[in-house]
Amino acid sequence: MDMSIALILSQDGITNGAIYALLALALVLVFAVTRVIFIQQGEFVAYGALTLAMMQSGVLPATVWMLVVMGALVTALDGGLALKAGQGRRAAGVAGWNLGYPLALAAALGGLAVDELPLAVQVLLTLAIVVPMGPMMYRLMYQPIASAPVLVLLIVSVALHIAMVGLGLLFFGAEGQRTPAFSEFSLELGPLMVSAQTLWVLVVSALLIVGLYQFFGRTLYGKALRATAINRVGAQLMGISPTLAGKLTFFLAAFIGALSGVLIAPITTIYYDTGFLIGLKGFVAAIIGGLASYPLAAVGALAVGLLEAFASFWASAYKEVIVFTLIIPVLLWRSLRSHHVEEEE
Amino acid sequence: MRTDRMVLGAFLALLLLVPAILSPYYVTLLNYIGLYAMVALGLVLLTGVGGLTSFGQAAFVGLGAYTTAALTTATDLPAWLAWAGTSPWLTLVVGLLLTAVVAVLIGSLTLKLSGHFLPLGTIAWGISLYFLFGTMESLGGHTGISGIPAIGLLGWTLDEGGEIYYLIWAFLLVAMLTTHNLLDSREGRAIRALKGGRIMAEAMGVDTSRSRMVIFVIAALLACASGWLYAHMQRFVNPTPFGVHIGIEYLFMAVVGGAGYVWGAIVGAGVITVLKQWLQNWLPSLLGATGSFETIVFGLLMVLVLHRAREGLWPILKKLVPVRAVRKTIDADAEPLPRRTLPKAGELILEAKDVTRRFGGLIANNNMSLEVRAGEILALIGPNGAGKSTMFNQISGVDTPTSGEVRFLGKPVAGHDSREIARMGMSRTFQHVKLLPTMSVLENVAIGAHLRSDKGVLSSAWRLDRAEEARILKEAARQIERVGLAEHMYEEAGSLALGQQRILEIARALCADPCLLLLDEPAAGLRFKEKEALGELLKKLRAEGMATLIVEHDMDFVMSLVDRVVVMEFGQKIAEGLPDEIQQNPAVLEAYLGGVE
Repeated sequence: MDMSIALILSQDGITNGAIYALLALALVLVFAVTRVIFIQQGEFVAYGALTLAMMQSGVLPATVWMLVVMGALVTALDGGLALKAGQGRRAAGVAGWNLGYPLALAAALGGLAVDELPLAVQVLLTLAIVVPMGPMMYRLMYQPIASAPVLVLLIVSVALHIAMVGLGLLFFGAEGQRTPAFSEFSLELGPLMVSAQTLWVLVVSALLIVGLYQFFGRTLYGKALRATAINRVGAQLMGISPTLAGKLTFFLAAFIGALSGVLIAPITTIYYDTGFLIGLKGFVAAIIGGLASYPLAAVGALAVGLLEAFASFWASAYKEVIVFTLIIPVLLWRSLRSHHVEEEE
Repeated sequence: MRTDRMVLGAFLALLLLVPAILSPYYVTLLNYIGLYAMVALGLVLLTGVGGLTSFGQAAFVGLGAYTTAALTTATDLPAWLAWAGTSPWLTLVVGLLLTAVVAVLIGSLTLKLSGHFLPLGTIAWGISLYFLFGTMESLGGHTGISGIPAIGLLGWTLDEGGEIYYLIWAFLLVAMLTTHNLLDSREGRAIRALKGGRIMAEAMGVDTSRSRMVIFVIAALLACASGWLYAHMQRFVNPTPFGVHIGIEYLFMAVVGGAGYVWGAIVGAGVITVLKQWLQNWLPSLLGATGSFETIVFGLLMVLVLHRAREGLWPILKKLVPVRAVRKTIDADAEPLPRRTLPKAGELILEAKDVTRRFGGLIANNNMSLEVRAGEILALIGPNGAGKSTMFNQISGVDTPTSGEVRFLGKPVAGHDSREIARMGMSRTFQHVKLLPTMSVLENVAIGAHLRSDKGVLSSAWRLDRAEEARILKEAARQIERVGLAEHMYEEAGSLALGQQRILEIARALCADPCLLLLDEPAAGLRFKEKEALGELLKKLRAEGMATLIVEHDMDFVMSLVDRVVVMEFGQKIAEGLPDEIQQNPAVLEAYLGGVE
């Protein structure tokens, strides 16, 4: 290996690492606030990438129908409850957001020639389809058992993961997709050619991390989520609804997932089941942070990205094995430091 | 004859006849159900009973299958390993050993951490092993290994589905029997305490990390044995059936069938296997595409089960089958458990010297000293927030003082975990009752005798522990009668009133045969008569030489019972003396009633 190969590998590693960092942040956030281990994070990545790819090939993305169905179920549940309580206006609001919005979106997508729209609009439409699935998923799948043990929530996540993979196969087919790059230019830095997409990934990730930092530090909702993460019962007593916190968290996680998918779709070919491995690498990073520390998770994500890039050069067949083996020293270190017996929640 | 035995007998007879009456298709289906149920059984133990889970069970199945496949088909084994390839029975042993080693490694990395690190660790392990199977040339890569020999048994070659059927179901039934036996034993009670009772179990001397490891290894071994049978049934292995997604399916089987029940494994394996067959035929034609769409149904079904029937299908089915719960019998002739020799009355048992505990700027305990002697009851009293619970934690070793020292029988308490302290002879109750609500009063109390007995997992699984078990149960029953809960012995502990649950904790503590009893508000929630009875019991124990430290709010109860009183306020000792002196002490009166302005 010479310097230029090392630089190229580092560039790959850092690009992927940035995506893993975003995913790891979302995983840590979801776990801290809701105790849900968000295994299906990777499916949001794949859904984002493949929804965009479908739009670009001029097909109405089937994910929009999934949004309609989920919205209809939420409307039936929450609208029904609101009607029973005699809150007609609330029921109308629920129906508007959860049924009206998806149907309007479907109608708009059906009426437009989506493949001729500018890329930015396509990306926005993709996010508009995939991101609302996050809070709806929380409402339908987690809210009824929000106080269940971590283990039960984890099994629900795994169940949703395999259901979403199956649906992904149904929606997108078994073919892989790669979308065109956001822009064509590339930057020459000494011996290194930095592609525009790499810059997009790095800049967007950095902006998103700064944005989240501001959100958690400065806004009321951000502080409410932090409070819930630190002390669920205490936050509830202070009037922070755990349901709202859950939905907001899932909204953010779905947003991060779908956006990551859109960002990496021009770099790697995405299949309906690619998300799982991408999401799991986010997990390896999150575990490095002990599922609690954001900065450690971000550092872990870069380490995972770099290790993966160099492993694919030296021993490409064993790339995945090497990446997942990385958690062993981390777990060992954590295990050696842990002495007290704790009760499982 | 009991109806449950008849139902079981009918089930076994039916199993025996299956190859004779059903077509080979159904025999094959039942073979798969048997293989899957064995893996699911491990998950019942791990997930339903122990409150842990693994998504890597398919990888353990793969380890068993690939070990035997590689060894029995290899032509050029190194000399030191050549013996292993000569018979599938030897490769079973090798596979089990290898699996145990891997499971212990994974377990020691993750089991000391919170419960969700094990499933995450096993996902990573499952994926890694799957990729290894797929990439290693010596294991046939993605095409796999073929030409695996059939298993021979007493001159009989099991090379047909209807023959290996008997071996598969014999393995499964033995596994179910031994698991059932294990759960109904000393080790079994420790395992059942893992879900929601770890702190209590540790205080009773159970090494809960070891118990977690035990069930993880057992689950892995069951999976490995299933893989061994699978390889010799198919006579061919490739990586596909050992991926993480199949590992997830195994978990679904356990949860759908009823993760808390041994029979849930068969029910779950049956339902999921049949459903999968049916969906795989039906869904692709319905959806007009090929692919494994059954995962959509499985995933949503799983969520539905967890929302609506978290216990799974078995408890629902059980109502249809007339199965009577069997009461444990107490063998009055069982030999009593060994007892420790109690220290002589007046001997110093517990000594706290200048104990200070700071939490940041707050001084919860400031230079607290007290001592308890054999044959004496000492009360620690004080208004709310005086630091009594903190002091209790320093004494029981749950917390470590910032400065000062607690000595129990002359040895420092600090630096020892709850188990060692329990072994030294200190036994406690909890301010917030900690018991296992779905277990009977008898079994809850029997956990207390954990350290007075030593039969392990293997003796329990094969019922070689019955003599000791009878002694444990007799001792537990004796303590239950002693505290006056005899009429509730077979009820679920969770159904008792709070006051009775506190008394149960005392019986459990006594079952450990301690020389120092730490009681945290034992009289709270008791009625007058019950308090009187408790007082009588504590006096009787005192006469036998027991040292007792009691934290209590009920002044009438304390003053009529104890020998000496230590009063705390704002983390400090403000008075110490005989009950009568304390009642006249102006500092105490001011602390409790407020001073005259």
